[in-house]
Amino acid sequence: MADILVYSEKRDTARELTFKAKEFAGALGLGVSAAALGASAREAAAELGAHGADTVYLSEDPALEGLQTDVVAEALAQIVHAAEATCVLVGSTRRGKELASRLAQKLGAGCVTDVGSMAVEDGALVAGRYAFGGNTVARETVITAAKVFAVMPKAFEIGAPVSGAGAVVTPSLELTPSAVTVVDRRPKEGQAVDLAAANRIVGMGRGFDKREDLALGEQLADALKAELGATKGIADFQWVSEDRVIGLSGAKTSPELYVAVGISGQIQHTVGISSAKLIVAVNKDKDAPIFQLADYGIVGNLYDVLPALIEKLKA
Amino acid sequence: MKIVVCVKTNPDLQMVRIKNREPVLEAVPYKVGDLEKNAIEAAIQLRDAAGGGQIVALSVAEANRKIKETLKEVLAMGADEAVVVADAALESADPGAVALAIAKAVELSGGCDLLLFGEGSTDNYSGQVGSRTAELLGLPQIGYARKITVAGAGIQVERSMDEMTETLEAPLPAVVTVVSEINEPRIPSLMNIMKAGKKPVTEYTLADLGLDLAAVGPQRDVLSNLAEEQDRKRIMLQGGAAEQAEALANALIKEGVLER
Repeated sequence: MADILVYSEKRDTARELTFKAKEFAGALGLGVSAAALGASAREAAAELGAHGADTVYLSEDPALEGLQTDVVAEALAQIVHAAEATCVLVGSTRRGKELASRLAQKLGAGCVTDVGSMAVEDGALVAGRYAFGGNTVARETVITAAKVFAVMPKAFEIGAPVSGAGAVVTPSLELTPSAVTVVDRRPKEGQAVDLAAANRIVGMGRGFDKREDLALGEQLADALKAELGATKGIADFQWVSEDRVIGLSGAKTSPELYVAVGISGQIQHTVGISSAKLIVAVNKDKDAPIFQLADYGIVGNLYDVLPALIEKLKA
Repeated sequence: MKIVVCVKTNPDLQMVRIKNREPVLEAVPYKVGDLEKNAIEAAIQLRDAAGGGQIVALSVAEANRKIKETLKEVLAMGADEAVVVADAALESADPGAVALAIAKAVELSGGCDLLLFGEGSTDNYSGQVGSRTAELLGLPQIGYARKITVAGAGIQVERSMDEMTETLEAPLPAVVTVVSEINEPRIPSLMNIMKAGKKPVTEYTLADLGLDLAAVGPQRDVLSNLAEEQDRKRIMLQGGAAEQAEALANALIKEGVLER
C-alpha cells in the first residue's frame, strides 16, 4: 500500500505529524510510515510507532551524524522508495525546510513549505500558507506523483499514544557522509521567551522614540502579567532580542490578549497576531491600519496613555 | 574566487493593496529582495577580504519584470556583472523550474566557487530554490548563514537555526543561503550607480539554456490566494488618556481578560 511518510528531527513535531498523518491517510486510503534518523533515533522510533505509524524506518547509519541536509535527503529518498510513499510530511523548521526542498528535487516532486494548515479536500491534500509577504493565504495542492509538504511545528495537536504500536524496521541505506562538517554547536541565547505559547502579550513598535522608553511597555506588561513582544523594526534597532519579534520573520502568536503599542499594523507584523482572541491598539495616528484589526482602539500618545493605563491597572 | 549570487526581483509589498480580499498587483513596482541584498553584500565582503575575485548577479524571471533595470542596483552595490534568464514561460514558475534554470545558467557561464541565495524571497518565502539548485548541481549546502569566512580551500559558516547556532565547514564549490543578520547591505553611491550601467549583462532565454519547461510541467496548483478575513469589534475608546484607560480596563473586565 502507498504511504504517507513523516519525518522531523524535532521529536514532538514528528509525533504531531505522525498523529495527523494517520487521519489524512484514513481519508486518502493510504498507510503511514515514519522515519527516525541519527544516533539517538531508537527512542524516537518507538514513540512514532505509538503515535500512529504502521511502520517506522529507523537508521543509525554513521553517515547521518550531524544530520546534514544532503545525506538526510538521500536517506529519506531511499526510505520513500522502500515504503512506496507518495507523500512526505516534514516539520518546517529551518533544517526541515531546507531538507524538504532537497528531497523534493530528488523525487521530482512539487513541494509546499511553511504550511500552516492542511486538510483533505476532494481526495487531495490542500495546504495553506502565507503568500505575498503575509498579505494573503494561498491554498495549494501538489500535482506531481510524489508530493512533499513542510508543515510548521504546532500546526496540529499532538494526540495521545495509541495501543498496538507499529513495527520498527531497520533498512540498510546506502549513504555517503556529507562534505559539510560540524565545528561547533551552541544553544541560542534568550531562548527563555516562547511567545507562541504566551497567553497575554504587549507588543511594542516604532511609536517608542528611544530605547529607554520601552520601560513603559515593560511596566504595562507587568501590570497585565503579559510577555513582551516587538516588531521587526524594534529588533533591527537592537532594542530587543530577535526572539521577541512577532510576525512573518518571528513568532506566530495566539494569545488571549494582544496589546499593540505604537505599532502601525504592517502586514509583516500582523500575520503574527491575527489569531489573538482580543486585540487592543494604542497609536497616535487615527488612520493607522492596526485599528482595522483591533477590538478596542485608543487614539492617543502612548506617553500619556500608558502611564494612565498602568496606574488604572495597578489600582 | 568566483561567486554567483542569485537575485529575485519581487513586487514591492508595501505597495500591494487588497481589494475584495484579492491582492492588487497592477502598477506595483518590482525591486530586489532584501535578503538578496544581504547576499550581494556578503559576496562583496568575501571578495574584498580575498583581495580580488568576481561576483556575478544571476536572475531568473518572466520576461516582463524589467529585471535588467532592477539589477542595476546590485551592480551599483558592487557586483561585477549580471546574467539574466528572461522568458515568458517563467511566469509563476515553480521553484523546481527556477532551480533548473539557475543550475543550467551557472553551468553555461562556467560554474562558480560559491553560489549564494537569500534564505527566502520577500514575497513567498518558500526557501526552496537554494536547496533544489544544490541538489541539481550535486553540491554541499549550508542554509541560514550569519557569517561566512574563507577557511583554507573551503568556507566556514556560522548559521542561525531554530534553537542553536552552528558553525560548519564545507569544501568549495558550495551553496549557501543567508539570513538578514549577516550584514547591513551598502547603499550605492551616485558614482557607482552611474558606473553600473556600463557593467556587462548577459541575457539568456530558456531555449539558450536548452530548457523546455513544458517538459517539466507544473508542480503545484494554487486553488486560491486571498487575504484572511478578520472579524474584529473595532470599538474606539474616546476621551483623554485617563478616560480611555478607564474604558479599556472596564472593557477587559467585561471580556473576561481582567479580574475586577
